[in-house]
Amino acid sequence: MTVLSGKDLPRDGEMLQGVALHARLEATWRREPGFWGWLTTVDHKDVARRYIVTALIFLALGGVLALAMRLQLAKPENALMGPDRYNQIFTMHGTTMMFLFAVPVMEAMSVFLVPLMIGTRAISFPRLNAFSYWVYLSGGLLLWVAFVLNVGPDVGWFAYPPLAGPEYGTGKRADVWAQMVTFTEVAALCISVEIVATILKQRAPGMTLARMPVFVWVSLVVSLMVIFSMPAVTLASGFLLSDRLVGTHFFNPFEHGDALLWQHLFWFFGHPEVYIIFLPGAGFVSEIVATFSRRPVFAYPAVVLAVVAIGLLAFGLWVHHMFATGLPRLGYSFFTAASMAVAIPSGIQIFCWIATMWSGRPRFEVPMLWVVGFIVTFVLGGITGVMLASVPLDLQLHDTYFVVAHFHYVLIGGAVFPLLGAFAYWFPKFTGRMMGDGLGRLSFWITFVGFHLTFAPMHWTGVMGMPRRVYTYPVGMGWDQLNLLSTAGAFVLATGVLLFLVNAAVSIARGRVSGPNPWDAAGLEWATSSPPPPYNFAHIPVVSSASPLWDNRHHLPVMTGLRVDDRELLLTTVMEAKPDLREPSPEPTIWPLVAAAATGGTFVASIFTPWAVVIGAVPVAAALTFWFWPKVAPTPEPVAE
Amino acid sequence: MSVPVKFSGDLAELPTHAYGHRSLTWWGVVAFFMIEGAGFAFAIASYFFLMGNEQGWPPSRFEPPSLLAGTLFTIVILLSEIPNTLVKRAAEKKDLRAVHRYMLILLAICLVLGALRAWEFLLLNVWWTDNAYGSIIWALLFLHATHFVTDFGDSVVLAALMFTRHAAESRRYVDVAENAMYWRFVWLTWLPLYVLIYWVPRWAA
Repeated sequence: MTVLSGKDLPRDGEMLQGVALHARLEATWRREPGFWGWLTTVDHKDVARRYIVTALIFLALGGVLALAMRLQLAKPENALMGPDRYNQIFTMHGTTMMFLFAVPVMEAMSVFLVPLMIGTRAISFPRLNAFSYWVYLSGGLLLWVAFVLNVGPDVGWFAYPPLAGPEYGTGKRADVWAQMVTFTEVAALCISVEIVATILKQRAPGMTLARMPVFVWVSLVVSLMVIFSMPAVTLASGFLLSDRLVGTHFFNPFEHGDALLWQHLFWFFGHPEVYIIFLPGAGFVSEIVATFSRRPVFAYPAVVLAVVAIGLLAFGLWVHHMFATGLPRLGYSFFTAASMAVAIPSGIQIFCWIATMWSGRPRFEVPMLWVVGFIVTFVLGGITGVMLASVPLDLQLHDTYFVVAHFHYVLIGGAVFPLLGAFAYWFPKFTGRMMGDGLGRLSFWITFVGFHLTFAPMHWTGVMGMPRRVYTYPVGMGWDQLNLLSTAGAFVLATGVLLFLVNAAVSIARGRVSGPNPWDAAGLEWATSSPPPPYNFAHIPVVSSASPLWDNRHHLPVMTGLRVDDRELLLTTVMEAKPDLREPSPEPTIWPLVAAAATGGTFVASIFTPWAVVIGAVPVAAALTFWFWPKVAPTPEPVAE
Repeated sequence: MSVPVKFSGDLAELPTHAYGHRSLTWWGVVAFFMIEGAGFAFAIASYFFLMGNEQGWPPSRFEPPSLLAGTLFTIVILLSEIPNTLVKRAAEKKDLRAVHRYMLILLAICLVLGALRAWEFLLLNVWWTDNAYGSIIWALLFLHATHFVTDFGDSVVLAALMFTRHAAESRRYVDVAENAMYWRFVWLTWLPLYVLIYWVPRWAA
């Protein structure tokens, strides 16, 4: 074996920069050509883009289901669909939006942006990242193929037993739901591991924890929340499947199981899930507000501490979803207090964003419009949230349209508005082109008006007693006009979102070419070209403040010396981000896709027979072995520790 | 880069591998500890939740699980930490012969543990279909068995790798060291489960 001396290896530096360096790095980091390259890529930007496109397709499908429900409820005693179809549709809507759209799209944004924001060449564990996407796609296909075959789940997005248990949930509908959960949770957990490791170990030299962009802080907190909450629902859905398939009694009261055990496990995941969706929205808003106010976010430490506080409090309020099940008095008081306490860090964030605009020089470009729409809508949703934290009021409003109004205000207002703003803001970084401004403004206003037209009336329908999850209602309840208004609003809202997507599609083809930093923003993701090359950065940037591009307007300091003939990453220390190690990053490979297919086949077959787990373990283990087995001869590099 | 740059340091002399928290692998393994630890914590919480629904634990007519197989499993898995520590130290010293020796010893111990684990299932004195008590007892043992089998499979592949030319790569020793850390997690999680499966039914009865 030829042992190269460290000095012989090609590296970036004085001798290798500019065009020659780009050519070397491109050759090392690009994916293989053609369809094979598409299947085997491990580039975080490729994976994130396909995650986002897939999630948007699920958003569209979930949106169509929402329109179908609104059509059915437009007038009393409507016969557009029957109760069975309606049950499937509201279950599919909630499940699709929560598990297949909201969480994956937020994680995909982290997968794309975090490595760029912290100045590294790739995400940690890039093959796990590719695996995650294929597993997620399989879960989504399982759910939707089942729905098309009339085996779509019909037990609500939370699948409470005994309705979802073997006694009442006959057929395979609830099993499809439970196994879809397994797919999406595995996918989300993989991403969380990557994000945590990437943020803690791969930050650019000098990017101490206190200099991390707020969105990176959010990604870290959200990933830890996923890690500690999603095992609860994975375990719960495993218990549910085993109750249904092999006759265990976890949720069967006749054999001293307990249906409330399900609710605890589900909501221990389900409540943090809401913040897993909302906090990235807060991260987007922090970045957008800073850029368009032309100053760093006001009271950065307070904003970061608020993010951490929300992450912690999120684990202490799951029981407020269970007030109607009957609890000890102390339980009511504790969970009311905890639920109301979340308003404090949320309020601190809102004030900080307003103060940023107030003390800056705000430019109301399209991303900023979404931020303002977010602040208005989210505050309204937050207020109804504080109302619902009060037990006597909750007992009255539980399972009514008031709750539907509340959570659409916080989820669409708190997460989807910032997400659309984030798409508009980072669109040039994703595609190299700007999103159309006129259509952008129009789509914002139509979406904003349509949203409030749809969901504001539901506060009243709820207070007037209309329950959720009913496929129709009788004449003379006084709900007719409000429901008709909501239905009209839903079509306006859908038009707005459609215009946004049309704008995106047109802009990808014909938008103005953007350049690396079209908004004059401060973060490192704007220090590289748009879209970024496969290796992200030609040299590793060095950071000495929280706004590197504003504070280094003439020259960005960089470090050199990473190998260009091999995929090499810089690892830095956890707290101070001091350069510590050079480690190789894995090459593209087909095995994550094969492993995901084997895992998916096992999961789907296990809906029908428990032996699938035993038999399926063989191809899964084989695929994982091929995945991890090194393909190239070892190249020991003679560098002293 | 799309902005003008100024060279302010060189990374070429940095080492290419390190053990423990300096390596990326370590952080990945720790994140999986957190995931699996959370899973076990929720299973344990479910155990106590279901226990609250019963007058007796185990419910009347049922005997607590017989101690023999589970206790032997516990003793053997605790003893396995001796070769495990030795394999970790050997990996940190890049002593390939010692790595081979202790990994093979560990794998042999795992075969014994596998047999004991299978025997444990037969001595639980309850079926998972009997009642919620039986379901959760089986679930705890099944979850840990899955955990154990996964690490065993992982260790077999890694041991095989260390007998190939790839053992020349320094980073493989980091893998061996972190795999040894994972094994510690496997036996640490077993200790509370052992108490819950075998002893709490005796104390609560």
